[in-house]
Amino acid sequence: MAGEAVIQVRGLVNRFGKSVIHNGLDIDLFRGEVLGVVGASGTGKSVLLRSIVGLQKPKEGTIDVLGADVRHGDLSATQSRWGVMFQDGALFSALTVRENVEVPLKMHADLSKDLRRSLADLKLAMVGLPAKAGSLYPSDLSGGMRKRAGLARALALDPEILLLDEPTAGLDPIAASEFDSLIKTLQQALNLSVFLVTHDLDTLHATCDRIAVLGKGKVLVTGTMAQMLKVEDPWVHSYFHGPRAHAALAG
Amino acid sequence: MPTSEGAAQKLEGAYVLEHLAKLQPAMPSGGTLDISGVTDLDTAGAWLILSTSRRSGTEVTGASKAHALLLAAVKNALPPDARPKRPPRHVEMLERVDRVGRMTTIAARGLGRIVGFFGMVVARCFTTLVRPWRFRFTSLVFHMQETGLNAVPIVALMAFLIGIVIAYQGADQLRQFGAEVYVVDLISISVLRELGILLTAIIVAGRSASAFTAAIGSMKMREEVDAMRTLGLDVIEVLVLPRVLALVIMLPVLALIADFAGLLGGALMAWYELGISPGIFRTRLLDTDVIHFVIGIIKAPFFAMIIGVIGCFQGLQVEGNAESLGRLTSRAVVQAIFMVILADATFSIFFAAAGL
Repeated sequence: MAGEAVIQVRGLVNRFGKSVIHNGLDIDLFRGEVLGVVGASGTGKSVLLRSIVGLQKPKEGTIDVLGADVRHGDLSATQSRWGVMFQDGALFSALTVRENVEVPLKMHADLSKDLRRSLADLKLAMVGLPAKAGSLYPSDLSGGMRKRAGLARALALDPEILLLDEPTAGLDPIAASEFDSLIKTLQQALNLSVFLVTHDLDTLHATCDRIAVLGKGKVLVTGTMAQMLKVEDPWVHSYFHGPRAHAALAG
Repeated sequence: MPTSEGAAQKLEGAYVLEHLAKLQPAMPSGGTLDISGVTDLDTAGAWLILSTSRRSGTEVTGASKAHALLLAAVKNALPPDARPKRPPRHVEMLERVDRVGRMTTIAARGLGRIVGFFGMVVARCFTTLVRPWRFRFTSLVFHMQETGLNAVPIVALMAFLIGIVIAYQGADQLRQFGAEVYVVDLISISVLRELGILLTAIIVAGRSASAFTAAIGSMKMREEVDAMRTLGLDVIEVLVLPRVLALVIMLPVLALIADFAGLLGGALMAWYELGISPGIFRTRLLDTDVIHFVIGIIKAPFFAMIIGVIGCFQGLQVEGNAESLGRLTSRAVVQAIFMVILADATFSIFFAAAGL
């Protein structure tokens, strides 16, 4: 799928002391696609996501998001055009779920209180949370509900890009597959470009248009699920041909 | 912006979050909504169009394929229209009364639970006496260093300054009567009997009650306390007893140090300000009844108990969120200081009644 790249990373280098995480990594996210990023533990999937959203300052390389330079530019305009969901939702514990969703609306849009509340409720309903969840605090929610609330906050401003860090980690299989289809549905309805870091083969299979495998500080291969199955690289091969992979593909 | 065209209302332009505040008052109140002229649409715009159409009972037409998809997704999520109404005034008043009652019972129950917890700690003390090999001596020594040894500089400095203040203020008043030499009695009785131990207890409450609550609370948050329980470890024996005992042992020592420092500060000031030489100070000090010192020191273990038990108890009340940790830490300090002062007042009444 070729088209306009909404995220373009070139020559990314990240080092922590002596350990090199990324060594000249290139990756693109095209408009309207779901890109799954996989890799063994320690290959820098989360570091890549953090670099893209500007939380981690890379040593070298360029990162362009929607035409803006993340490393040197002013991020305030871009911040309302992407939504980030952290692993456990990263909800603000002092605020109710509804107030959490209202935070980005307050920051980036000039709305009346009633309007904000209605929009927050709408977003909560869209991610499949019951109406009464809005007035609860994050500590009252289950892990799955927290992730949904985190997704609602990420979607509050109708972003063009959605970045998800391990959206299904820690969920039971039913909740995880519900979350997969939720992401897919929202992606289609809102025409999102999704950058998805995951370990979950079922998620890759169910939601991703394209998969990028990280390793050795670079992107080893990219391609569709069908192409991945033919790759010779030993790690990629065992990842997509292990017993768990077969179960995911069969399902 | 909508333009009227007979019954059908034609909506045009960008219906997105940015313009929502401007668009909302301009929405038509009736007629079919034709959105074929809408260029940009996001969920906020879709919500506005759909809620308008629902309120006036009209239809939405002319949606492009992409917009129809978005509208369908938003429509599915649209909450039922019933808005929560503001309760009538008398209900609000009742709610306020209700809240006062609720808070009172919560406070009473909380006090009951602290007393219960205190009982558990005392009971565990006795079972540990029977099986002393289960007691955590390493932990005890660690907490003695943390709460005792490390508090020595601040406690000593504080008491030294208090001694200076009392001598200075007392000298000013006593000089008017030519009774300067009584400043020794003033310093020795007030420091030994009350101020040395009370101010030490307040400083330790601020330092250690908060540290206990924060340490145990963060263990509770990370489910360490639950892990201990599943392994059959007794939480009171492992976490609470070493801390409380460390305070019970160290607070009298700290109070003793505070007494010395307070007397030293007072003696220096009396010498400098009133010309009472250290020799005279010593003679008058030895004439003071030793009971004042005993009464001061005897209170220390009780204050230590209060501080330790409240700090540990509040730590175990911490829930899963970071906010409760902060709230309970400050509550532990306030409660510990308040209870220490309350106990001190009770002691005063008791000793006065006993004629000491």
